[in-house]
Amino acid sequence: MKLRPALAATLSTALLGAALVASAAPLKTDVAHSSVSAVFKQMNVPVESNFKRFNAQIDYDAAHPEKATARVDIDTASFDMGQADYDKEIAKKEWFNSAQFPKATFVSSSIKPAGSGKLNVTGKLTIKGKTADVSFPLSVKPEGGKQVFEGQLPIKRLAFNVGEGEWQDTGMVADEVVIKFRVAAGQ
Amino acid sequence: MRDQQHQEQEQDQERYTTTAIVLHWLIAVLIVGTFTLGLVMTDIPGFSPTKLRYFSWHKWAGVTVLLLAALRLLWRLKKRPPALPASMPAWQRGAAHGLHHLLYLLIFAVPLSGYFYTLATGFPVVYFGLFQLPVLIAKDPALAETLKGVHYWLNMLLAALVAVHVLAALKHQLIDRDGAMRRMLPSRSH
Repeated sequence: MKLRPALAATLSTALLGAALVASAAPLKTDVAHSSVSAVFKQMNVPVESNFKRFNAQIDYDAAHPEKATARVDIDTASFDMGQADYDKEIAKKEWFNSAQFPKATFVSSSIKPAGSGKLNVTGKLTIKGKTADVSFPLSVKPEGGKQVFEGQLPIKRLAFNVGEGEWQDTGMVADEVVIKFRVAAGQ
Repeated sequence: MRDQQHQEQEQDQERYTTTAIVLHWLIAVLIVGTFTLGLVMTDIPGFSPTKLRYFSWHKWAGVTVLLLAALRLLWRLKKRPPALPASMPAWQRGAAHGLHHLLYLLIFAVPLSGYFYTLATGFPVVYFGLFQLPVLIAKDPALAETLKGVHYWLNMLLAALVAVHVLAALKHQLIDRDGAMRRMLPSRSH
């Protein structure tokens, strides 16, 4: 894992010539300007909390958006509800079970241009060992020399077993959860 | 008979208005309930639906206290309360007024500190699960930590002042027998 950035840097230098003609280009994620959050409703109270640790790998060339690929890995134990004791609880078995399933992952299978600055993304979302096909619109715009990808994906938490036992009660925590993300990435 | 009627009339005049009496006791019951619920819910370890339910109820009750406090203040500004017993020494009158001012201040400050505390933790209040109340400040964990302490200590101060208030009322009723407490009790004649 530690080798990855160094390796990526070496590779990207070595492949610089190739990249100029290649259709898709791996971008480097600017973590400080990126975020992944989940919006849920608890007794009808909308709450948005961030995942503090995640990794996004996006290959994207504005000239050939259809060749783009994306992969996002989210550290489920890093869900930050602003209260340490809650954060500890949410990593437990009934919710994310982070000990057994440390990562939630999205891997794109197709990315299609859908008008200016818009892409339609389909792919596989895996949370807590359960995989589902998802598709969602994604916007992309250049900002400060980087590409900023933004979108939101509504999911049903119970389809992924997030919230087991007494937490299955959707009157307490609604089934629908919206995953919101913003990834800033550049060469 | 005439004397008795006269006396009753005088007693009626000495009472707070029915509106003031109803508001006083409603707020009193809600404060005791909300305070107790606050202690119970924060004592539940970890994370459970019951705990989250109690938190929501606590917030709804707190907002209700705040609304009733606003009504009460408006009513208080409109209607002068009945005079204190003439037998009360000046220092007791001063103490009573000071205490009442503080209690009025706290029935606003306690719910408001809780309201801003929950906003700072990123959990807005949806009154009875139906109406989202204004989000006046953004999520701010450091501020939340401060407001947690502020809310707690304002509550402890309120509890102490309520204890003094109750003891003073009982002293008027049982020792001085000067009718001061009766002013806030519902009239027994009807």
